[in-house]
Amino acid sequence: MTLGVTVNGARYERAVEPRLLLSDFLRHELGLTGTHVGCEHGVCGACTVLLDGEAVRSCLMFAIQADEHEITTVEGLAPSSGDTLHPLQAAFREAHGLQCGFCTPGVLMTLVPFLRDHPDPDERAIREALSGNLCRCTGYQNIVVAVRHACDAHSTPDR
Amino acid sequence: MKPAAFEYFAPATVDQALALLAAHGGEAKPLAGGQSLIPAMNFRLARPRALVDLNRIAELSYIRSAKGGTTIGAMTRQRAVEQSDVVTRGAPLLAEAMPAIAHPQIRNRGTIGGSLAHADPSAELPAVMLALDAAFRARSVTGERTIPASEFFKGMLETALAPDELLVEIGLRPMPDRSGTAFLEVARRHGDYALVGIAVVVTLDGQGRCKAARIALLSVGDGPVLAVEAGKTLTGQVPSAEMVRAAADAAATRDVDPPSDIHASAAYRRRLVAVLTRRALGRAFERAGATQRGRS
Repeated sequence: MTLGVTVNGARYERAVEPRLLLSDFLRHELGLTGTHVGCEHGVCGACTVLLDGEAVRSCLMFAIQADEHEITTVEGLAPSSGDTLHPLQAAFREAHGLQCGFCTPGVLMTLVPFLRDHPDPDERAIREALSGNLCRCTGYQNIVVAVRHACDAHSTPDR
Repeated sequence: MKPAAFEYFAPATVDQALALLAAHGGEAKPLAGGQSLIPAMNFRLARPRALVDLNRIAELSYIRSAKGGTTIGAMTRQRAVEQSDVVTRGAPLLAEAMPAIAHPQIRNRGTIGGSLAHADPSAELPAVMLALDAAFRARSVTGERTIPASEFFKGMLETALAPDELLVEIGLRPMPDRSGTAFLEVARRHGDYALVGIAVVVTLDGQGRCKAARIALLSVGDGPVLAVEAGKTLTGQVPSAEMVRAAADAAATRDVDPPSDIHASAAYRRRLVAVLTRRALGRAFERAGATQRGRS
């Protein structure tokens, strides 16, 4: 079947088997290996991408279901020109919000729509938002710090 | 692992979907949000010969408020239900339960009808619908019928739906005056399957006596369990801390026979049933406007 999909702003058309998962399509067909595959049953969150701007598990969708939709992967976060990071990525680097990095793309893609809807979350809200992303380095502490860091970078100095 | 091969159809209308299901004589499975079916396919626990993807059927995605109550199209995303003002006003119990369902990433994709048709005994929505006495509209090529929630759930992952039948709409009656609802669950981590969960609807009469109490529990059996005995102890009584405690005891000892598994023993689940029933009833009666004597 033919799939026409926009990924990180670029249009792709590919012939795919219906059983091809979106996660495998992104990695194997498009070479966008930033999307990681962990559990393939929706628990670990490593494969989280944006479907029309909202966070979804790319391992729990068939690629063909993304036909005529828009996908954003971690590769699409930073501006394509130059070596600037997305503010959230910069905050993760600054606050040491990653260790091995395997969970990081999924964590970032979960947080982007979360922070869009909740620009100033408290720690509890951040931890709840991240409850669907597993970090097996158990580095949650600095992930939460990094999120607050990203929020504070955008807020008034007296806060 | 990866899913086994299947034939894929993406109909644009309910009629087309029903024709496809009928043509495949039980070998095709409807694909709703896919948040349970696709993991099962990834592990090859499920190997449907064909999938009828319902995600392109726009007519199945809506939330409407009318005189007769709230109606929700089966393919409405759980996230849309969670964020709907119509649901918050018309079905506060459903609104309260939504954030307990898995994680936002799952709710962005998962649908209300998909979860009900999947009928996982640990799922929140079946218990909520049982407490609300919801009406499920189902269609097939041969016609349409309405199935009450109390007859819909048949056992572990089993419903009253025939293989060629599609759940198309969930109907919720308006809440009677002097009603209160509450949803509670206990899970190891936020978003995990609940060890025990409870959905409660209580209605008071003009004298402040309990007219009806519908108490539905999840994760304690092969499907959502209606705590009939607990409800009976409350009917006709003025709610009090003692009455609520008696109902909670009835729920834990007479209404449920919970399983033991690696997450919780049967005894622990029973204890949770008692505690959650007490708390949920207390909250629901308070919301119904009852003046409770004593503390629960």
